[in-house]
Amino acid sequence: MKVDFVHRQSAHCESGVTSSLLQNIGAAKITEPLAFGMGAGLFFAYIPLIKVNNGPAIAFRTFPGLIFKRTCKALGIPIIRKKFNSKTEAEKYLQDALAQGSPVGCQVGVYYLSYFPREYRFHFNAHNLIVFGKEEDNYLISDPIMETPTTLTSYELERVRFAKGALAPKGQIYYPASGVEVTDDTIRNAIRNGIKLNVSNMLNIPGWFAGVDGIKFTGGRIKKWRDSLGLEKAGQYLAQLVRMQEEIGTGGGGFRYMYGAFLQEAHEYLPNDDLLRISEKFTETGDLWRTSAVLAAGIYKGRLGSQADFNQMGDYLIEISEIERKAFTELKNIKWQ
Amino acid sequence: MKKEDVPQDLGSLGKITREVCYATDSEGKYVTALSTGWDVKTKALDVAWQEIDHRIAVAKQKVLNKEASPLLFFMEYRMMDASILADYTGFWQWQIKRHLKPEVFDKLSDKKLEKYAEAFNVKVADLKSMNVHES
Repeated sequence: MKVDFVHRQSAHCESGVTSSLLQNIGAAKITEPLAFGMGAGLFFAYIPLIKVNNGPAIAFRTFPGLIFKRTCKALGIPIIRKKFNSKTEAEKYLQDALAQGSPVGCQVGVYYLSYFPREYRFHFNAHNLIVFGKEEDNYLISDPIMETPTTLTSYELERVRFAKGALAPKGQIYYPASGVEVTDDTIRNAIRNGIKLNVSNMLNIPGWFAGVDGIKFTGGRIKKWRDSLGLEKAGQYLAQLVRMQEEIGTGGGGFRYMYGAFLQEAHEYLPNDDLLRISEKFTETGDLWRTSAVLAAGIYKGRLGSQADFNQMGDYLIEISEIERKAFTELKNIKWQ
Repeated sequence: MKKEDVPQDLGSLGKITREVCYATDSEGKYVTALSTGWDVKTKALDVAWQEIDHRIAVAKQKVLNKEASPLLFFMEYRMMDASILADYTGFWQWQIKRHLKPEVFDKLSDKKLEKYAEAFNVKVADLKSMNVHES
């Protein structure tokens, strides 16, 4: 049993799955950056209270599941989404969907994902992949971060669909309904909506821990890490920051480059030259995020580690925060024709 | 990031698949490029694993000293705290904490051991010997 489906590699799992599933039902123009932008994927949050691998939780993109949901909604495409208590039911539902010819998105945990290298296998439960068929006991898998399609045995797939811990997938399955035509006008609207929502998420979100304020706050905190945590722990925290920022599937620079690509593609639908100019700002912050990562690496490798290095690290984030604040303010003020 | 600056330092993922990055070409237009890895990122991952390996070594020593049951070793090895392990096995967290005592663990029924073995993806016999036979 094999469904008609073309594997596409992408940078990020959820925007990649969204784009692939939509292209598969005929919305051929929805590239990964468009899905990311329409889904208002760019974000920042620093949540020291939640510990991930004994370090603070830091996110560079929006909450899992939202990109698919928002993008489909903006395009007027109904979605089918289901979670399960029973493993048997979850597999039956998957097989029925495949039998009807739908490739389906699955939320999975990466810890027991057998084709990942061990170094990348943490208890992270918001990975996404597409199942597009079954041959004997092997499910055919299109994992957007892999260059080529792969397979999982039915036991292996069940195990990752029912991974446990935070954000447990509970066998979650999702796919877009077919038969909806996506016009250029719909795309234009979806782009404008996505930008508007992303502006609001980055500029107006209440609290000090998220959006551009969150980046600035984190910068201030980093300057204190050396004294409050000690050099070793501070280095581990910085390594955590870099891992989240350059994690597989970010497209580099904490998703900033992907957002820059989105604005350029948006320009093809909405020819306002401000978009191109603002896109360059995201290239600039993506580059700065990477520059800061190089400095952080100097610290966690033990080559650097003075208070001046931590100050410089914090200043990078404060500078990034200012550039992103300006970029989103300009996006907010764009006059659409 | 310019396309020619996309890092190509071979990391553990690069041996299995290259990853997509977004980068700009000579005219400033975004294109995708494939990367085999970035040293800065690999080192960040190494830092995380060093800490985990340290915790595993400490746990192993505690088990050998009979201060804890092999459960502690496997929990550190699989990076599972009592909460995740409770979700995988169906035990309550207080039961897991009890099973961390060597004298309690030694008396566990095969049925209970089987649950732990499945959660840790090892054989029951390996549970007692702290052997791990997989990559």
